[in-house]
Amino acid sequence: MEALVRIIDLHKNFGSLEVLKGISIEVTKGEKLTIIGPSGSGKTTLLRCVNYLEKPTSGHVYVDDKLIGEKKVNGRYVHLSDRELAKERAGIGFVFQRFNLFPHLTALDNVTVAPRQVLGMQVAEADEMAMEMLEKVGLAHKAGEYPERLSGGQQQRVAIARVLGMQPKLMLFDEATSALDPELIGEVLKVMRELAEEGRTMMIVTHEIQFAEEVSDRVIFMDEGRVIEEGPPKEIFSKPRHERTQTFLHQILER
Amino acid sequence: MIEFLKGYEDYFGDWVWEMLIASLVTMELMLLSFILACALGLVIALMRISQFSVLSGLTKVYIGFFRGVPVLVILYWIYFAMPELGYKILLISSFTAAVLGLGIHGSAFLAEVFRSGIEALDHGQMEAALSLGMTPSQALRFIILPQAARVVLPPMANYSVGLLKETALCSIIAVPELMLRAKDVASSSFLPMHAFVLAAVFYYIMSFPMMRLAEHLEAKMAVGR
Amino acid sequence: MEFFDKLWEWAPEVFPFLIKASVVTLQVTAGSLALALVLGIFVAVARISSFKLLSYPALIYTDVMRGTPALVQLFIIYFGLSDLGLEFDPISAAIIGLGLNGAAYVGEIYRAGIVAIHRGQIEAALSLGMTPVRAMRYIILPQAVRIVLPPLTNYAILLVKDTAIVSTIAAPEVMFEARRIVQATFMHSVSGQIYLMAALIYMAITLPMSYVAKRLERAKAAWH
Repeated sequence: MEALVRIIDLHKNFGSLEVLKGISIEVTKGEKLTIIGPSGSGKTTLLRCVNYLEKPTSGHVYVDDKLIGEKKVNGRYVHLSDRELAKERAGIGFVFQRFNLFPHLTALDNVTVAPRQVLGMQVAEADEMAMEMLEKVGLAHKAGEYPERLSGGQQQRVAIARVLGMQPKLMLFDEATSALDPELIGEVLKVMRELAEEGRTMMIVTHEIQFAEEVSDRVIFMDEGRVIEEGPPKEIFSKPRHERTQTFLHQILER
Repeated sequence: MIEFLKGYEDYFGDWVWEMLIASLVTMELMLLSFILACALGLVIALMRISQFSVLSGLTKVYIGFFRGVPVLVILYWIYFAMPELGYKILLISSFTAAVLGLGIHGSAFLAEVFRSGIEALDHGQMEAALSLGMTPSQALRFIILPQAARVVLPPMANYSVGLLKETALCSIIAVPELMLRAKDVASSSFLPMHAFVLAAVFYYIMSFPMMRLAEHLEAKMAVGR
Repeated sequence: MEFFDKLWEWAPEVFPFLIKASVVTLQVTAGSLALALVLGIFVAVARISSFKLLSYPALIYTDVMRGTPALVQLFIIYFGLSDLGLEFDPISAAIIGLGLNGAAYVGEIYRAGIVAIHRGQIEAALSLGMTPVRAMRYIILPQAVRIVLPPLTNYAILLVKDTAIVSTIAAPEVMFEARRIVQATFMHSVSGQIYLMAALIYMAITLPMSYVAKRLERAKAAWH
């Protein structure tokens, strides 16, 4: 099984604060990898480094065997500009904690804007494809609505449809349900579960332990910028080996 | 009060007519300066937020300079000083000098309005656009600027009211607008009070709709949150 | 460049005059600012009052002041009133003119500041047993001051620049002095340099003020 994602010795500093202290991970094609850990552990930063929304201080990221975010110039690695990064990012889907829907566009237009401007899709084709995506997340009937009229759960589902519209090879979920009211979380998890069953490669940062248990192939526990433990969900959640993993799970499940 | 109004007896008809014509010049002046200030301001704003530090730095100085200096100085400079500096090609009419002066001065103000409008936007919008594979310029064009446009409308409306009032300063460089007409009429009739009060009425009539529009836009923006 | 050569050449002679004139600029600014700050209170109180007899005139006053050029208002006070027998010297006329004009703007700033304070604050204060006056003094006003300080500072900066218009009624401030020097000494060929020096003087005053204004805005944002 080829690795779709290879993260090699990733370090990230914000000023003097070391957030990622040498992360190396591989994600095989079709694998669902879940990353859990306390806040400040660096899991969001790690995810944002994969599509280069954060530029790593050192280390490399490969997606589909292509080096992301850098190019070699005279033997040295140089970060790419946002303009150069655009092409690479198109194939990586990122779902934000706060949805980040475009408020001035309808749900349908939110899904079609990137395929049209980035992939050059024609309007009719894009609209058709977008309706399919909205159908997939159960929101075809809301295609003409503006984000402010949609509930949090609906907005996040549109955000997922928006990502799907670009036909990504990899999907990154950054605490996709953390900003939702409890009763709205279920509808988003349902969509994520369906995507997982389709065989997509997914990297998921979440606090939803039960969901992670159901959906993941592998779980990674991060703390203070390092990978502490990794393994199949059954192992991590029922028989964690490390003390820190145990403490974290206790705290999070005690709720 | 009645005494005061009596003073208009001989002049009212002529004055109203003359001031009406001069008001047209005022509005023309205001419109052209507004267009210049907007266009130039947008360009400056985009340069200010660009990633090229040279461009960003130069425009920062430009903005800082023109915002820290009275518009009158700029008007004097363009009208009186520039011809002396050997730019005789630019022996321009007072009207053109006024449009340039007001426009350039206003562009600095509007550049800041545009810039904060763009930057006030939720960071996440840019990130979402970029992560969908858009280039920064595509993101700017389809996602950022459309939203920023909505945010900058109220300050722009406010600016236009201020601009209308600034046209009165152009009387000092002999632009045949309303204020100059009022001064002429005041000195030839020895009734400065009557002349300027009437001019004030004309200005108020012109600014009234713009002020109401500005208020309406501000209210609309506040609700949309 | 020749332009800058001439600038260095004349600066030592011209600057002292301009700096002396800037004192007048500051006087006019301070005077009209003080007047506006005080009158503004009355305007604001009148506008939020429930007595139509108070609020309507205040509204009209504010709208007219903001809807007509300050230059016209200045001329009415200096030329117009003298016609009716009430004469002012240029500096007084300037302070009165800009002060009355400013009262409208400052009144708006005050009004917005008072309105911005959440109803809940007043309700909380009253339900704790405070009298309206106490509530005003210890709860409302301290917050209102924090809210209005940044816009007031911005207004002060605008005011400094507005003082340039009083050159038209021969108040001996920077613009007037600059023009006088150019015309009296026939130094038209260096008028560019001289007006540039005038511009620099204004910047020397407004730049520090802008810095303070930015700091205040940042502090206010952090406080929220």
